[in-house]
Amino acid sequence: MSLLIKGGRVVDPANSIDAVQDVLVKDGRIERVGPGLPAPEGVTVLDAAGKVVCPGFIDIHVHLREPGLEYKETVATGTRAAAAGGFTAVCCMANTQPVNDNRSITDYIRAKAESEGAVRVYPIGAVTRGLAGKELAELAELAEAGCVAFSDDGKCVMNANLYRRAMEYTLPFGAPVISHAEDDHLASGGSMHEGVVSTELGIPGVPAAAEDVMVARDILLAELTGAHLHIAHLSTAGAVRLVRDAKARGVHVTAEVTPHHLLLTEEAVRSFDANTKMNPPLRSKRDAEAVLEGLLDGTIDCIATDHAPHALSEKEGEFDHAAFGIVGLETAVAVLMDRLVGPGLLPLATLVARLSRDPARLLGLPGGSLAAGAPADLTLLDPAAEWTVDPARFESKSRNTPFGGWTLTGRPWKTVVGGRVVWP
Amino acid sequence: MGWSRKDLLTMRELDAAEILTLVDTAASLQEIAGRDIKKVPALRGKTVVNLFYENSTRTRTSFEIAGKWLSADVINFSASGSSASKGESFIDTAKNIAAMSPDVVVVRHSSAGAAEVLARTLPCSIVNAGDGAHEHPTQALLDLLTIREHKGHFEGLNVAIVGDISHSRVARSNIHAMRKLGMTVTVAGPPTLIPPFVQELGVKVSYRLEDAIRDVDVIMMLRLQQERMTGGLIPSLREYSRYWGLTLDRLRAHARPDVLIMHPGPVNRGVELSPEVADGPYSVILDQVAKGVAVRMGVLVLLSGHKGGVPA
Repeated sequence: MSLLIKGGRVVDPANSIDAVQDVLVKDGRIERVGPGLPAPEGVTVLDAAGKVVCPGFIDIHVHLREPGLEYKETVATGTRAAAAGGFTAVCCMANTQPVNDNRSITDYIRAKAESEGAVRVYPIGAVTRGLAGKELAELAELAEAGCVAFSDDGKCVMNANLYRRAMEYTLPFGAPVISHAEDDHLASGGSMHEGVVSTELGIPGVPAAAEDVMVARDILLAELTGAHLHIAHLSTAGAVRLVRDAKARGVHVTAEVTPHHLLLTEEAVRSFDANTKMNPPLRSKRDAEAVLEGLLDGTIDCIATDHAPHALSEKEGEFDHAAFGIVGLETAVAVLMDRLVGPGLLPLATLVARLSRDPARLLGLPGGSLAAGAPADLTLLDPAAEWTVDPARFESKSRNTPFGGWTLTGRPWKTVVGGRVVWP
Repeated sequence: MGWSRKDLLTMRELDAAEILTLVDTAASLQEIAGRDIKKVPALRGKTVVNLFYENSTRTRTSFEIAGKWLSADVINFSASGSSASKGESFIDTAKNIAAMSPDVVVVRHSSAGAAEVLARTLPCSIVNAGDGAHEHPTQALLDLLTIREHKGHFEGLNVAIVGDISHSRVARSNIHAMRKLGMTVTVAGPPTLIPPFVQELGVKVSYRLEDAIRDVDVIMMLRLQQERMTGGLIPSLREYSRYWGLTLDRLRAHARPDVLIMHPGPVNRGVELSPEVADGPYSVILDQVAKGVAVRMGVLVLLSGHKGGVPA
């Protein structure tokens, strides 16, 4: 089966291409990229004039909720949401029920993905058994079963010695530990960023220092062990500075940022809308500016959504009782195109790199490039489409987004996985 | 004088004219308490639901009396004696109450923003009777009415609010209201009980009681919750009381002779206030409670569409 994508603006940062070209796909792989490619016999031709053709976007931080929390999301609905949002691959976090801390759960998730998944799924294994922070999960077997990284995401491994051992033990696997960097004691009881808004609203705050002290600790542990440390959902100016300095020293540390930490601030919480409640919390304007700067200069390696579906009942009542987290897969690309690329704050090529080339490199995943022989995973964007975010129309099972009602220019147009159009 | 809002949620959202409308309306209703027959027909046929998710004696009783003196049907709903204790969600409970067509729901809740959430969900008027550490607007209004009766005006007055500012909805509502009425506010307490960036709300901060109470017209003492020690915020009640307790000696040594001592209650006698001060000549604490009924009558009258003035 062949596909010829004709006349689109090909943005392929891994191969330094940004030009109107054609992409020929054959047997699930990229065959050729170039101007004016002839259409071989029997090929399906896709007219991509006016569209942007990119390597498939990879979201390395997603909660698919299966097994155990299927009322929030499943592998089927979560990967459909990914496809609809322009993602061709996702990495799913381990905080399912039961926790993905042993091979049988990893096998289950991969089997589900194989049979029902709309896009590629790479599981992330737990660092500690049951995410309890007490003893190591069977990390070698998890790696063998296909886990591409290890994280207790949602919880921080507070025991520094145990975290050090996790970093050491996983060294041979070439898979990073991903840190949910948050000091439990400093964050205790907080529902939003600690600042002038939390003071006015009387909502207990989580200081930026709760994140910064853990980023600092984990960088020191990465330095001690030589491990690859990845910081999940980095959200503070202080953490950007710490990662920048560590990289300059040669520490193997990488980081991701979410669209909501780039685009929203603590001010959004004034609505008491629980869809502005997530962990880490929406920070100050200064923090949002710092993470964008970090994304631009490469201190922050990639964009990840931290897609965290919750049922309406978990998000509609009192702010402090509501669950942490928002869905992100179906809005991420579009809100970033509209609010950052549109006004010229983020070059399109950088956005594409931080969503494809860089996450692929970071986790050693296939994809992220349109080089001949690479998997034919492509994200096609329509930069001119005008639309309004309507959570009722999400593919995800959950609707907990702060972006509902936003009017946007630009959105994913088609999503191609292994040479097959999976969306729409 | 005009009032157009459906709800009373915060002092932050009101402007000075609206605050004065509320205070003036309350002032005009005060005389009802002195009548032989304490009943006016202003809210006859209206239903007021007191939806209380937190224990409260003063505020709930005050709203109940206010509603009854205005001839409203007043229903008290407390979370402990209701379906909330059977696990019904806040939103579900609220929707069920709304289905019975009340005109006003007065809500007290331990979560900041609970009144906003209700106002967004229910068609009736919502009065915030205290939401977590966020706001308690009717408390601020009764404090203002008390201050004006004793001092005659607001503009230029100096107020010290002393104690656990971090966890105080009373402090927040008063800070917003007093700033809008031209008063100077100093918040004082140990730094662990002063919320971050509070200066950005336009107040001064003091870490020493003696400095904070010097030359002020009003000292508002806040209740210290006993559980603050477990959070590592203060070492002991003993130490707190030693440095932050307002005693007669301290008052005489550092405060003006015409200072007003206020407290939103309930008082921890011997902790933030010595009994001689609580019951002494500077104290207007019971006066605050009395004014609470007038303030709540005023709020109910205005929200029910009346434009102020004493009802017949």
